[in-house]
Amino acid sequence: MIKLVQRRQLLGWGLGAGLLSSRGLRAAEDHTGGDPLGSMQWPGLRRHFLGEASMRFSDQVVVKGPAFADDAMNVPIQVDARALAGSAGGIRRMLVVADRNPVREVLDFAPMRSLPVLAFRLRLEQASPVRALVQTADGQWHVGGTWVQAAGGGCTVPGATRADGSWSQTLNQVQARFFNNVLEGSRRLRLRVMHPMDTGLVAGIPAFHLEHLELQDATGQAWWRLGLHEPVSENPVITFEMPPQGVGHLRLVGRDNNGNRINVELLS
Amino acid sequence: MKGVLLAGFAAAAWLVVPPLQAQAVAAAPAHVPRPDMAKLDYDLQARQIAPRTWVIEGAVDDFSRQNGCNIINTAFIATGAGVVVVNTGPSRLYGEQQRKLIERTTQETVVQVLNLNLHPDYFFGNQAWANRPVQALPGSIAGMQAEGAAYADNLYRLCGDWMKQTESAPAAQALAPGVRTLGQHRLELIRLSGHTADDLVLLDHSTGVVFAGGLVFADRVPTTPHADFEAWQASLNRLEGLLATGGFRVVVPSHGPVHEGRRGIAQTRDWIDWLNAHMKTQAEGGLDLLEVLALPVPPRFAGWAAQPVELYRTLTQWYPGFEQRALTGR
Repeated sequence: MIKLVQRRQLLGWGLGAGLLSSRGLRAAEDHTGGDPLGSMQWPGLRRHFLGEASMRFSDQVVVKGPAFADDAMNVPIQVDARALAGSAGGIRRMLVVADRNPVREVLDFAPMRSLPVLAFRLRLEQASPVRALVQTADGQWHVGGTWVQAAGGGCTVPGATRADGSWSQTLNQVQARFFNNVLEGSRRLRLRVMHPMDTGLVAGIPAFHLEHLELQDATGQAWWRLGLHEPVSENPVITFEMPPQGVGHLRLVGRDNNGNRINVELLS
Repeated sequence: MKGVLLAGFAAAAWLVVPPLQAQAVAAAPAHVPRPDMAKLDYDLQARQIAPRTWVIEGAVDDFSRQNGCNIINTAFIATGAGVVVVNTGPSRLYGEQQRKLIERTTQETVVQVLNLNLHPDYFFGNQAWANRPVQALPGSIAGMQAEGAAYADNLYRLCGDWMKQTESAPAAQALAPGVRTLGQHRLELIRLSGHTADDLVLLDHSTGVVFAGGLVFADRVPTTPHADFEAWQASLNRLEGLLATGGFRVVVPSHGPVHEGRRGIAQTRDWIDWLNAHMKTQAEGGLDLLEVLALPVPPRFAGWAAQPVELYRTLTQWYPGFEQRALTGR
């Protein structure tokens, strides 16, 4: 977001100083499709994930990450699109992608009746923009992102429980806890699902990862749905923001890409 | 002023006081190296801090190309029956320049080179000392062997040309703790732990100088990749006990200024206590790692060197454990 703001300021000053010609020159040389993060991968990403759909870069989509990924296998990321929640019929989907990862799609979140805020950890194979592509109900896409520097290698080494074999003892076990008053107007749900989340990029270890999670109430109604891909870290810790009032009995339902099921009641 | 007077007094005292009586001088200002990146010259200087005892000070900072990744204090004691070297620095080049400096400063032969723990800047200069007995605790040697290649990857990335021709060369000889007299010095090797699983401390009973390795940091955020915080506190208690009973006066930490008394011990203890309480509180409050990374540190820590990057490393490694305990209620 800082880069976006700086760019806007630059453009503003350029206009103010009558430097339209140099601005035009810069646009002509731009191979990033106007990407405020300056990534040459952006035009390809846009084509792949959004096709011809209408999109805009927006500082209403806030993506936060560490300046440097000290642990490339567990890079904390938070995506926050609350600024868009009241407009254009609300939020339909939030796609998270990492431009320079071998598997670029990280997760696909439908906030539904929860807040459009998500915190999680991902693996980074090298320094990369991490973006959230947020679609409002009117079909419009809003894109925000941040650069994360990294020494890298996070996608191509096995996780700890794969390395020591302990993953099979804990597969799909769930730990969960609610916390009040962390964000105003929210009841925070933090989940940890035990899963090796193998990327398929380590020799001899096929891709094996959680694919789908959703939170259901007693009537079977979903409160959010989450699609997960290979770059999500081992034993994912995911933070959701729920409405502050309790919603009674909740179940976490899901599966991994080998068809192993998750179906547990959460104590609230 | 006080520093200059103290140094002058102590220098005169060496002439009249028997050599085995505890005494120390640490009052002169530290040497701040100005490395030359073009010549790959670390600008190492030997500063005498006690009779026959010199420290070679590194920058009080984080690793960077500008400081040559020289952020460690190494040292040597010319005992009268040979030189004991403490730590060999972050690179082959450092070890070579350290060895030249030591051979220029004292005519004695180096009889023992100590690596106080397994971290790279304690032993990556070992290549320069290949024909001398290089020693460490057995657990440190095993760790150097296991992690040396990964350390090299990391330091080449961070430090660039300063690392030229450096390869991990773990200490060749395992040593046992104990006391021995070498020349005019009664030297005690103590095995403690907590900063790593094997923290060697060299206590010179003859001068009252302790080479505390990574157990004591001063004015710099402690590094924690191999920490056991409870064991670390126990080791600090042990050092504080030795200080209280006159076992030493001058502390040479591996990172941070040489100082007298309990300053570094107290700072390190304070940091570990705060850090653990902080991580527990935030995890119990439901904060995510990223949110904890964004929180400020109390003012008393804010001015320390390597802030905030060393804190970020520590939180990234240790906070997830606190989060998990908060989720499982254990």
